[in-house]
Formats: sequence, structure tokens, C-alpha cells
Amino acid sequence: MKFRTRSIHVGNPCDPATGAVVPPIHVASTYVQHAAGEWREFDYGRSGNPTRKALEQTIASLENGRHALAFATGMAATHCVTMLLQQGDHLVAGADIYGGTYRLLHKILNRSGVHVTLANSRDPEELEQALRPETRLVWLESPGNPLMSITDLAACVDVAKRHGVMTAVDNTFATPVLTRPLDLGVDIVMHSATKYLGGHSDVLGGVLVVNQDDLYDRLYFAQNATGAVLGPFDAFLVARGLKTLAIRVLEQCRSAAKVAEFLAADRRVTRVLYPGLPTHPGHEIAARQMDGGFGAMLSFEVAGDFEKAKRVVQATELFQLAVSLGAVESLIEQPASMSHASYDAADRQRHGIGDGLIRISVGLEDVDDLIRDLDQALDA
Amino acid sequence: MQKSTTLPPAPKKTRGESTLAVHAGEDRQKLGDSITDPIICAATFTFESTQAVVDFIEQKQPREEYGRYGNPGEKVIERKLAELENGEQALLYSSGMAAIVGLFMSKLNAGDEVVFFDECYHRSREFCKKHLSRFGVTTRQVKTGDYAAMEAAVNDHTKLLVSESPTNPHLSIVDLDRFAEIGRRTGVETLIDATLATPFNVRPLDHGVDYVLHSATKYLAGHNDVLAGALIGDNEKLEPVRALRGVMGAVNSPHNIYLLERGLKTFGIRMQRQNENGQAVAEFLDGHSRIERVYYPGLESHPYHQVAKETMRGFGGLVTFLVKDADWRETGKIVDSVKIPRIAPSLGGVESLIEQPLVMSYYECTPEERRQFGIPDNMIRMSCGIEDKEDLIEDLQQALDA
Repeated sequence: MKFRTRSIHVGNPCDPATGAVVPPIHVASTYVQHAAGEWREFDYGRSGNPTRKALEQTIASLENGRHALAFATGMAATHCVTMLLQQGDHLVAGADIYGGTYRLLHKILNRSGVHVTLANSRDPEELEQALRPETRLVWLESPGNPLMSITDLAACVDVAKRHGVMTAVDNTFATPVLTRPLDLGVDIVMHSATKYLGGHSDVLGGVLVVNQDDLYDRLYFAQNATGAVLGPFDAFLVARGLKTLAIRVLEQCRSAAKVAEFLAADRRVTRVLYPGLPTHPGHEIAARQMDGGFGAMLSFEVAGDFEKAKRVVQATELFQLAVSLGAVESLIEQPASMSHASYDAADRQRHGIGDGLIRISVGLEDVDDLIRDLDQALDA
Repeated sequence: MQKSTTLPPAPKKTRGESTLAVHAGEDRQKLGDSITDPIICAATFTFESTQAVVDFIEQKQPREEYGRYGNPGEKVIERKLAELENGEQALLYSSGMAAIVGLFMSKLNAGDEVVFFDECYHRSREFCKKHLSRFGVTTRQVKTGDYAAMEAAVNDHTKLLVSESPTNPHLSIVDLDRFAEIGRRTGVETLIDATLATPFNVRPLDHGVDYVLHSATKYLAGHNDVLAGALIGDNEKLEPVRALRGVMGAVNSPHNIYLLERGLKTFGIRMQRQNENGQAVAEFLDGHSRIERVYYPGLESHPYHQVAKETMRGFGGLVTFLVKDADWRETGKIVDSVKIPRIAPSLGGVESLIEQPLVMSYYECTPEERRQFGIPDNMIRMSCGIEDKEDLIEDLQQALDA
């Protein structure tokens, strides 16, 4: 079965008891057992829930993985991966990563004695130089956030494998519609399901997908032990969102490409960061690594300072001023004051997140309406 | 103490369909600064003082009062549907049947008459024949597409002309201009059940029809997990219908309303895929040796292809077909052999569904009645979802080869 068909049918069998075409939402916190010590498939809601499990099956199928785990948020999923590490271990992360991941690595994980190095993952050689004998994990994002930098996942996996280091990819921006990192040899795929997977700005969620049984067992143990699981109502909403994932993402990519072209040709804009533009440094790798589109996120810089960018993000009529991304509603924000405010100012500057940078998430609206909106806002 | 509050007319369509589907009817800044509308479960709404109650009754202050008379989430959906259909006002109901019954109960009195085109949803017809008749309302049926017969059936008692377009399951297309014109000429109001068309493919109000009816359960909600119905028309005509809804109580629930609103966000892209899948499946079946006939307005062989092409943007995801030289059991075997579409009534959702009308909806009719309704034993109706069309075609291929 192809992708769209799997997104609708895998994990969504008809309910055998009633024939309901949409599986019921199981809200039970606990499950009645037949006999003491004889556990059935489900025992307690933190350890497993049929609605959550169904969602995990769908996502595993879409990522071409064997196992998935659903969490309360993307950060809970990321945190679960870091629980594979212990004191004295070292982790290398790509530089252009989500601000919340940066915060987890630098302000929480460091307290457990895990050392973190940010490396420019756009260059696999630089990534290799950052590896140490005690490096246990390489964490990557592609496209990166907020600069849309493209990391060659297969090349980085080669480097990591040579050194016996595990790789994890935050695939939130690309989605399994465009990139399936497990096929490229990555060990763990992570998603903020809040974004494209849920797709409607109304659910918080996170997922991990893996192929290796033992790795799944270790992650499941950590999830069950620490408890940041996804609730059944939210699991239902994510599963419902997945049914339109492919058509949403491909339409949003088409619109983003047109928005990028518009911005690139506009004199009020000094720089556009979109992997679909031939001028983007990662364009060639993206064309190889992303299947059917270049994503629906893009950043651009306006001529002017912090205040100018602030005025522009406040002047749109359709784009709404909010962090988050990937939903049907188009969003706009200023990374320096919003999504990446948790970076230290110096790190922000070092990694090229300027004050004039604006990030947009292109939604499902008619693209002509979106371009008209940006056109008027750029005059602010 | 319910007072119906007249809503301001919906603004004329200025944005693209997909923009409307995502944003129309919603406040830009919402309660709690949420990007999505809250689910407001309140059965009743509080007043801060006696004066506030008085102001409300004197209509100085439009607001909610009691859940049966209105809910903030319901208003959002009603504005969204009104904008999508290019109408002034929409009324949401707990199901499509509740919507049509709501209109009938409001507009018809003992002694009145309704004229139907005869191809229609079985339950609508049944309601008129079995139930409206008990209240002294006469239902007349004329052959679908026979405009002269429809006009001839109108007399001084006629209050409503009713049709579906496309019809179910034959997918006949009504010439909406001619249909509306009969209503105007005879001074009778007109209703189109546009459930199978959706405002993505055609907007009957633009053709002069008075009321549009939807089972919003189908394409509008789109995920086979909500029941809902809607009427769309102008303010003046719908105000009494709204007032009666508040009395009869077939309102939708806040949770459903949220799922409907969420479903509508992807309405535009779902319809594109379902139009595409419907056309591809119809063309595949049309060329298959085991198929006797395909009913799909997008096929040139369809009797209403011309009018469909001129008035519709796409032809939807429903495809009806007859299996060559098959009795009802052999036909049922094909239904049982498909692996992707599930056997179920309903249509329009992301999951493909399949059914044999004889079994699913007309099993208790006599053969004579089925002939009259145009339901042969070898008829199959398939509702194409948004799966990959190659998978649907491959699946049908193996089922027909089985």
C-alpha cells in the first residue's frame, strides 16, 4: 500500500465489536486482568493504551519503521532519547536545532554530567571532528530550525557508524511524506507531532520511531518508567490528522515554494532561506533527500533592524503571530524574540539567527491570499 | 424567553476556497488567545445581572442564552458554511435528516404540497411519504430531470420544490438554473440537497436556489466520525427555521462542532483528491470487461455529462456501477472481495466505503419498488476516500478478477 492509503488504514482497523469505521477512543486508565499475575496486552494506561498503540502503528508504518512510541510532547520524546545516556557520555548536535532542544541539552542534560557539543552538521567532516571516544549520540535536524539548513543525513550516518555512534533525527520539518530517515540508516526518528502530524494546531504530542527491537525496548522502558505518554483524546486527534498528512504537506510545500519565489524577487527582502530555491546552499542535498517537496517552512530577512522585523510580523492579516508550525493556519514569528529566545544571545549570533530574521510556516490557505498578505505586511 | 438574533450578512466571497475553509467565520483573536476555537460545553450561559437579562430580551445585547438556542462554536461553523456556500446564513443540525426535517416542519402546514425529483436519498422520501403525510402534507414525485413535469405538478398548495444534485446513487445532475427558474416563475421556494456536490464543486445559491441542504457528516466533516446537517440560505427565510430549531432541539453538540470545524480545515484539499479519485476509479471501471455500466458525471457517457461539465468544478468521490451478468449474490461477492474500502453506508470521508444499494438501503423493498427507484440487483456504490488512487484501482482490479 502507498503512503496515503497507509496513513488512513494502518492502525485503524474497524472496531470488531461494533463495526465502527473509526476505532473507539479508549480512555481507561487501567485494565481488568483475567487472573493475578497473568497480564493481558494492556494493564495500565501509562504502560499501554489501545488508542495510543494504534497511532504508534500508523506512524511506524509511515516512517518505514518497526516500532513507535507516542509522548505527551515532542520535548518529552527528545528527553526520552537523552535518557539512553549517562554521566560522562558525550552528545553532538547539529547547530541549527530547535530552541527547546538546545535548552534541554544545555540546561538540563548537562546537569546529569552529559557533555554536549554543537557542530555544523552541514559539513560531515566538521561533525566528525566533534566526535570523541565517549560520544554516544549524534542529534540532527534537517531542515534545521530556523535557518532551514540542510544536513546530508546519509553522509552523517556514515560518519557516526564509522565511530560506532548512534544517530537520531528530529524529522518534524521534513515529515515522513518528504524524508524517511530510517531508510537512510538513522537509528531514531523523533517528531513533534504537534506540528505536521497533528496538523491542526490543537494537539501537543511527540513520537519516536525505530527499527531495532532492543533499542525500542530501552526507549519503552524509559517512557514507561518516566511516564510522559500521550493521552487518548490527543492520540485520536493526531491519528485523525495523519489521514490528511500527505495531502496537507504536499499542498503546503507547493505554496511555500511560491511564497519563497515571491520573497526572493522582492527588494524589501534581503535574504530568503528555503531549501527549494536553487540559491540555497543545501538545495542539491535537499533535492536528493526530500521526496516531493522542500517543506513548508521558510525564513527570510528584511532590510532593517529588530524593530522593522517586529513590525512586519505584527502587520499580517492572514499569517498569525505565534510560535509552532506545521498546521493548516499560516503562522509568522521572529526567532530572536520568540522560538529561539531560549538560545543564549551569543550562540544565537554565532549561529546566524539575526534580529531581522522572520520565520513563516505556510499553511493550507490559498497561496495567492498568503502572498498578498506578505506583500502588504512588508511595508510595515 | 428565546429571542432569535439576526446575524449580519456574510461578507461576499473575496478569498480562495482553501483560505475560507481554514479561516472563514472564525474570530482572528479568540478566547484565551487560542489559535483554535474552544469547545464550549455549556448547557446554559450566565448573566451578570438582571439588567443584562433585560438588555438581552430587548435585544440590545446579542449573546448566548441556553445551549438549545445557540452555542458560540455553532455560530462559528454556521458563518464558515455560509461563506463557503456564498449564503447569508447557515443553520447547523444534529444530522442531515434533522436539517431537512427542520426545514419541512418550519415551512409546511396541513394542506401544503411538496414536489420532488424522484431520485433522492431514500430516507428523505420515506419521511415525506410516511410522516409528512400524517400531518396532511402531500408529496408529489416527478421524474428526475423532467422540468416540465415538475412545473406541471405545481399548484396553489405547493410550497417547496426539492431535489438532490448529484442524486444518490444515480448521480444525475440537475440544471440548477432551470430548477430555480421554475421556483421563481411559480412563486415556490426551492431546495437542493448538495451533499454529494459540496460547495467546492457547485454553489446552488449562486444559481438562484433558495435553500441548500447538507448532510455535513459526509464531505464537509470528512472523517467518518461526526454526524451533522446544515441548511444555508438568506437571513429572512431562515430566521423562522432557526427559531423552530430552538424549539424542536435537533442541535449539534459542542464536541461534534469542533470535529466538524477541524474537518473543514482540509475541505479544499480533500475535495481535490476525492474528485480526482472518483474520476480515476470511474474511468477504470468504465473500461473493465466485467462492468455493464458506470454512473459518474465526469464520464462522457453519463447522460448529464454536459450540464455537469458546465456547472461543476469536479464530480465528487461517489461512483455507482453495474456488474455485467451478475445476480445480487455475485455482486455481493465483489463487494466482499475488496480490501481497502470498508462495507458501510455513508460516503464522503477520507476512508473509502463500498456498498450494494439493494442490500444496504433497499433490502426490504419489493422488486417492483426497486425497479421504480432504479436500484438493480447488480448495482454497487463506492465512495472514494483520499487514499492513493493507484491502490484503489489495484484493489478493484483484484476484486473483479476474483
